[in-house]
Amino acid sequence: MNNKEAVMDIKYRVNGLIPKFYVIMKIIKKRKYISKALAYLFLSVGASVMITPFLWMIGTSLKSLHEVFVFPPTLFGEQLRWENYLRISDRFPFLQFFFNSLRITVVVVISQVLTSSMAGFTFARLRFKFRDHLFALYLATMMVPVHVTLIPNFILMRHLGLIDTHASLILPALVTAFGTFLMRQFFLTIPAALEDAGKIDGCTPFGIYWRIFLPLSKPAVATLSVFVFMGMWNQFLQPLIFINTKDLMTLPLGLAFTQGFYSTDWPVLMSGTVLSLLPVIIAFLLAQDFFIRGVTLSGLKGE
Amino acid sequence: MKQIKLKRILYSDTTWAFVLLLPNFLGFLIFLIIPMIISFGMSFVSWDLFGPVRWVGFDNYIELFLEDQVFRRVFWNTMYFTAVTVPIGIVLSLFLALAMDQKIIGIKFFRIAYFMPVISSMIAVAIVWQWIYNPEFGLLNYFLGLIGIEGPSWLSDVFWAMPAIIVVSIWQGLGFNMLLFLAGLQGISEVYYEAAEVDGAGWFEKFWNITIPLLAPTTFFVMVMAAIGAFQAFDAVYLMTAGGPARATSVLAHYLYQNAFQYFRMGYASALAYVLFFIVLIFTLIQLRRQRSWLL
Repeated sequence: MNNKEAVMDIKYRVNGLIPKFYVIMKIIKKRKYISKALAYLFLSVGASVMITPFLWMIGTSLKSLHEVFVFPPTLFGEQLRWENYLRISDRFPFLQFFFNSLRITVVVVISQVLTSSMAGFTFARLRFKFRDHLFALYLATMMVPVHVTLIPNFILMRHLGLIDTHASLILPALVTAFGTFLMRQFFLTIPAALEDAGKIDGCTPFGIYWRIFLPLSKPAVATLSVFVFMGMWNQFLQPLIFINTKDLMTLPLGLAFTQGFYSTDWPVLMSGTVLSLLPVIIAFLLAQDFFIRGVTLSGLKGE
Repeated sequence: MKQIKLKRILYSDTTWAFVLLLPNFLGFLIFLIIPMIISFGMSFVSWDLFGPVRWVGFDNYIELFLEDQVFRRVFWNTMYFTAVTVPIGIVLSLFLALAMDQKIIGIKFFRIAYFMPVISSMIAVAIVWQWIYNPEFGLLNYFLGLIGIEGPSWLSDVFWAMPAIIVVSIWQGLGFNMLLFLAGLQGISEVYYEAAEVDGAGWFEKFWNITIPLLAPTTFFVMVMAAIGAFQAFDAVYLMTAGGPARATSVLAHYLYQNAFQYFRMGYASALAYVLFFIVLIFTLIQLRRQRSWLL
């Protein structure tokens, strides 16, 4: 029983209206029940709209080709043809696409964690000239559309002879203002006492970063990693522009390319699509809380 | 003496600030700041990537705003897309967040369900929605047929293609916006609701007089972020309709892509990039202004 209920209770006891109180409580409880039922209804309808396309995707990936064109449509075919998943590689170089994506994503995640945590620590904890001006510049560029830098970056890559290489996708993604911001915000929350303790023990500023702050920043690193992983894994515009050779394509570009050229074998294409979603789904399930914290953090900066 | 000097350097903030910031700052400079400046300069030239670069002054902008009928179409398409996607997406995700905010069982399941579209790549989304929208075998027209409506050929219909893409975009963004609202809702202190209950306020009164006003900063933030995202929409359009039919779904970012990498009009595309940048900048500044007024 919380305070408010206690007060009400006493009030009604004093007035000798205990039965009335219970009637009122019943109505309130009933109302809560109704609003909860409404919430469930709303959420369930919404969730089925969210989930149906994915069920459809899985269903189609297990059909035979002619079952795809059956009308009225059915979620699953007569039998579940798991062999579609084994046939993916016959149709298009799924594994090649997969490892291209994986390679690019892993390199970018590691690099962003390093560069962002180093710069974030510097902005949060070290004192130097023009620090706040420089950080303001980082903040100011956070909203710049990718389209603004795309054409000059394309020209730069062309000059360096890096068009149609993975380097053209990796290099521009090595550093982001968002990652720097995220790590700085986290480092600001670490108590100064820890820093002072490090100083007394004779740590250099780098020692404080490497031995104290970085080990403490696991949640922030996890958040950043999940964010960057999903962004890079799903990236489409940059591979579309920079990559031409089939063997170098990332998974999203490869799927789009395959859809355009082999649009006949839908079940196999769907199988590939389902598999392409697995890594991000697993990453999300494993690091759900970190991801949500990251979204919340990006929301908090708006308040 | 020399050792003391070395020690001072080793323990100086400035030294380490330089060392720790350098890799980040180099990347920032080379791939963001310098390209931003070059892009601005390029919006005043005419260049096809292979021939000579020609200075044309404001010609690109003049052509854009006064002569190019396609740009006019594309601009209004972008506005249409944003003006429909953002409000509907916000209202729906707000209600979802309100429903999620009640202590309900299965919250984990719902969170994953609503987040599936957010974490999926646009190509995966596009492939399956193309099937849903398929006029002959698609799920949507099948359901419409059950209630006696003959559905259009969604993605190749001049009128329906844009609404079809809008639905997919709302569907994909719902979970993300919901999460932001949920964070905002959890920031509202229970005290207000308890006080209102003592005063005998009902569900709607509490919602209208407490939740909505106190959630306003979050709502505004979500709105601005969603609008900024919507103005830059590319993947959905490129993958589902490629801007068609008859430019019915072509938006700014798509027209920019075409100009740069299909027509090889690098200068013109840069001018388009700066128009897009300018729109996003206005929204960012509005957000910053509101933010400051709330902080004071």
